[in-house]
Amino acid sequence: MAEERTSGVIGRFLGSLNSRMRRFMFHVMSAGPIPQHIAFIMDGNRRFAKKWKLEEGAGHKAGFLALMSVLKYCYEAGVKYVTVYAFSLDNFNRRPDEVQYVMDLMHEKIEGFLKELNMVNRYGIRVLFIGDLGRLQEPVRAAAERAMEATSKNTSTYLLVCVAYTSSHEIPRAIHEACQARASNGHYHNDGEDEVEDDGMMIKVVDLEKHMYMGVVPDPDILVRSSGETRLSNFLLWQTSNSLLYSPKALWPEMGLRHVVWGIFKYQRNYYYLEKNKKQA
Amino acid sequence: MLSSSLSLPNPSSFLSNPFSLSTTTTTTTNHRLHVFTTDPFFNDSTSPEERIAIPAGLQRELIPKHVAVVMDGNRRWARLRGLMPEAGYLAGAGALKAVVNLCSKWGIQTLTVFAFSSDNWLRPKVEVDFLMKLLETALKDEVAYMLRENIRLSVIGDSSKLPKSLQEFIAYGENATKDNSHMNFVLAINYSGKYDIVQACQSIALEVRDGIVEPEEINEFMIENKLGMNSKRFPHPDLLIRTSGELRLSNFFLWQLAYTELYFTEALWPDFGEEELLHALRAFQNRPRRYGR
Repeated sequence: MAEERTSGVIGRFLGSLNSRMRRFMFHVMSAGPIPQHIAFIMDGNRRFAKKWKLEEGAGHKAGFLALMSVLKYCYEAGVKYVTVYAFSLDNFNRRPDEVQYVMDLMHEKIEGFLKELNMVNRYGIRVLFIGDLGRLQEPVRAAAERAMEATSKNTSTYLLVCVAYTSSHEIPRAIHEACQARASNGHYHNDGEDEVEDDGMMIKVVDLEKHMYMGVVPDPDILVRSSGETRLSNFLLWQTSNSLLYSPKALWPEMGLRHVVWGIFKYQRNYYYLEKNKKQA
Repeated sequence: MLSSSLSLPNPSSFLSNPFSLSTTTTTTTNHRLHVFTTDPFFNDSTSPEERIAIPAGLQRELIPKHVAVVMDGNRRWARLRGLMPEAGYLAGAGALKAVVNLCSKWGIQTLTVFAFSSDNWLRPKVEVDFLMKLLETALKDEVAYMLRENIRLSVIGDSSKLPKSLQEFIAYGENATKDNSHMNFVLAINYSGKYDIVQACQSIALEVRDGIVEPEEINEFMIENKLGMNSKRFPHPDLLIRTSGELRLSNFFLWQLAYTELYFTEALWPDFGEEELLHALRAFQNRPRRYGR
């Protein structure tokens, strides 16, 4: 009993020392520019399970734990918006049992999240689910809607979870909404002002961006894809045209503090280079 | 900084034969132009079909069908050597010629290069004018080469803002090579990914206004068909190469990059040659492509 108590005390002491050192490190890093928005493509869960000879679902579970740590480090570092690519529309093409497993895992985690709402609201995290939510199974979709509703008043930090998402779904949808908005505006302008109607149909970049799912947040400063692959897989194609791309070789469940720190460090180095370039141009 | 104090020679005076057919480099009064690469492939007189020779280490089935290249680093290359940026562009043009040759030789069906992005208008006027002149001269001189190599030229981008003479050369080049079939060479001038989507969107909006199309029918295929670079004309890029170590897409392609393998290299564009291209292709072949599965 006494041993357990000691190890508990030592464990807690080391844990708090760890956390203090981390906060100090982030404090030092915040002398330079900190990215406002980081996006993550959480790739490599299945390869992780194969590597450690686990059953396939265990890779996704481990991935969820990694997500929680990475989120914690990002928010501690001062990043305001974090977007993650949880499930693509293309992933529906995977084996049905795997798709079902991921859906069940998401449902379980969202329900668990809803139980901790007090803590979430204390930290001021707003959760948004981005994508074609109609494609999700009803219980998952309902849970997602409830989570969005429950955190809608928070403004300190944002977590955007992209499920049933691809850019090639988001962009046509934004065009559709922009056209509809123009059509209904055009009606009002039509009262005797024909020139305005022609002008009114000219859709600009700002109109499109207003109607994107991701229009509520600024563009990502960094796009991180784990597991070493360098491709976008139809994620945030519109929003990442000026984002720094970072692809650590670690599989998603292996991602941790050092990757977040290194990503921010690369961003800071690039930031000064970009500023210098802008001045020269 | 220096460009404002020195007057530049007119590019056409020393570009009389930039991609000349002779193996000797152009000897001009300007000694700094010895940076031209010689063209080792010009002497080949076999037909294009016979010349698809895959180098060691690559598999024929895994050669990408469409390679896109962002030719970054010309000005930095020139600055490192104490030259004017214009010399960097000229050296970059030489490197491009070599890469087009290699792609044609290795059976890459489509090669897209970004000659001028919408953001490049912000560069000093002297440089922009030089680039426009360089593009004109290159187009004029390279049509004969493309006809011989059975390469089809296409130009994408907003050509309305380009000088009239350049627009004419573009039309001439596209028309002259339109029946060629061995390889597609796509030049992106004043093109950006967002611009492409916005112009597709405006075209769709006009159709909605005229009642040809209902808003509910707007889907990804409709957008696909309206893009300047669409999959009906060319497949989406399999591989995008960006030189000079910049790790971002900078709005070059957008919609088309959904499943493209991205390859970044520290080499500056004028230094990009056969070895670097082989490296990129080998890296591409080792990547498993899942398309989201």
